Amino acid sequence: MPEPAVRMQDVHHRHGTVVSLRGLSLAVRPGELYGLVGPDAAGKTSALRLMAGVMAPASGTVRILGNDPLDAGSGVREALGYMPQRFSLYGDLSVGENLRFFADLFCLDRVTYRARRDRLLALTRLAPFLDRRADALSGGMYKKLALSVALLHEPKVLLLDEPTNGVDPVSRAELWDLLYEFAARDMAILVTTSYMDEAARCGRVGLLHQGAMLAEDTPTALVAGFQDTVLRIETDGGGPDATDALDPVLSDLGDAVVAVTPLGMGLRVVVRTAARDRATDRLTAAGCQVRQAPPGFEDLFLSRVAAAPHAMEVP
Amino acid sequence: MNTAPILDVQDLGRRFGDFHAVRNVTFQVPQGEIFGYLGANGAGKSTTIRILCGLLAPSSGRALVLGRDVGREPEAVKRGIGYMSQRFSLYPDLTVAENLDFFGGAYGLAGRTLRTRIDDGLAEVGLVPFRNRLTATLPGGIQQRVALANALVHQPRLLFLDEPTAGVDPAARRQFLDIVRRRVRQGTTVFLTTHYLDEAEYCRRVGLMVQGRLVALGTPAELKARHAPGTVWAVTTGRTADLTAAFSSQPEVLAVQHFGAGLRVRTSLEPARFAAAVLRMDPNAGVEPADASLEDVFRALVAEDDR
Repeated sequence: MPEPAVRMQDVHHRHGTVVSLRGLSLAVRPGELYGLVGPDAAGKTSALRLMAGVMAPASGTVRILGNDPLDAGSGVREALGYMPQRFSLYGDLSVGENLRFFADLFCLDRVTYRARRDRLLALTRLAPFLDRRADALSGGMYKKLALSVALLHEPKVLLLDEPTNGVDPVSRAELWDLLYEFAARDMAILVTTSYMDEAARCGRVGLLHQGAMLAEDTPTALVAGFQDTVLRIETDGGGPDATDALDPVLSDLGDAVVAVTPLGMGLRVVVRTAARDRATDRLTAAGCQVRQAPPGFEDLFLSRVAAAPHAMEVP
Repeated sequence: MNTAPILDVQDLGRRFGDFHAVRNVTFQVPQGEIFGYLGANGAGKSTTIRILCGLLAPSSGRALVLGRDVGREPEAVKRGIGYMSQRFSLYPDLTVAENLDFFGGAYGLAGRTLRTRIDDGLAEVGLVPFRNRLTATLPGGIQQRVALANALVHQPRLLFLDEPTAGVDPAARRQFLDIVRRRVRQGTTVFLTTHYLDEAEYCRRVGLMVQGRLVALGTPAELKARHAPGTVWAVTTGRTADLTAAFSSQPEVLAVQHFGAGLRVRTSLEPARFAAAVLRMDPNAGVEPADASLEDVFRALVAEDDR
């Protein structure tokens, strides 16, 4: 087993009195697309900053390609691509000028720069916008330019902090396609997201909750470990009150109902698996169409929070 | 119940110079609906919302909001609507109750009415114990509920929500949705914009904007059936590139996307034939049924528009 490209071992960190990481351990191998998934304030950004060597942990070990990211002489910085959440490009420079500027910072020679620029522009489909000012780019295009800048020096390890936040679904899917491409070239990629549903896109997922790892595995394995059952309940048309009739049924099921959320014309209900057949029968008798649906990562996240030994009350 | 639509938008357009941000948009939203308005960055979503909130005049067409022409009576419309965005604006150095007091006052509420509304609002969003806490010291999920209470303090019949649950803790998100659902059942209408296709699934109907035009409108199920036909499969394979290349020449394969540890494939092939085709290419592959998503719809429609 080769040394992982990114390794964190029992890392603790705090900002003033606020504890941001509580014993976080993880490893990302070359070629792996690892997703650190959790809500705002879960500690995602702190973890990335520690990996990027922007700050030091209170305790624990952080290693990038076996080296301490705080050690500037180790070549770690050169091996790292880091895209923070608010990536500052020069708004009054064009796409091409921004790329050129950062290429100069990385001391790329002219020929290398040209070749990499052209490849990145082709991959990101930004070539037609070469002369557009960065300020005038859409959110998705801006992120793709920021990503290109982070990739100019061909890092072995890529750290992306919420690259898809605020980006529309189509551009988001394109960003993921880019990440798959780079992972296929043996880059180790660690990406954070607060969009729970994006966990399914990662090769391996760490669910982060209040600075600690709640669960970590492949998306398929995580979903397979979900204990409850998700039901999609469709009512036959009707007005906004169509789901009111289900209230008595749901109340009768009591604790067996874990969660109820609106879903199109009906409801999405998470029930304890032991009560699945009873719930299905009752809801069908009430005139609904009921079918089982795959669980989402949000369901998974909440069930893991509830099962955590020191589950903290989320106010 | 009032049967006139809460939103009645007819041939709405807005130009900025030669740029058509919104073109001939027409839709209605009946009372008590959660209506989702989706679109790419720059597709005209925000422009539409600004018009509907009375912040921007339309260049053409008209929009009746709560029965009033928003182009002519923007102030009347503003008083009847509530607005909450992901980047909600709260006063961090005021307490929770003071925030509500401020927003209620801005809507012309005063005296006993305002006090009652604040008490009811705090109870509705479950924040009575937090009433005297400084807003800045509260976690994101709580602040989000304060913002919701603010947007509801004047009892608007129409509530605009802009990506309201992005980034919040899943538990807080469920509580938030539960409050919204209760409101909707009491007759409030919700106009929701989001990039978060999970959120869009809550909506009774969804409208999708591409380059200033409303290109699709219907329930999530209708949109999937219409614009993303076929069945969706999650194919687990180590040979994503080979399979993608092979699928691209098969007309029965409607869409292929790299996804997690494999591919997401939408096809018109019957399950058995599809599974057989996959296993011929990669005997170790796994084939599991997946649900069509609004993202499939979104991608299909944007691709159509590009052609």
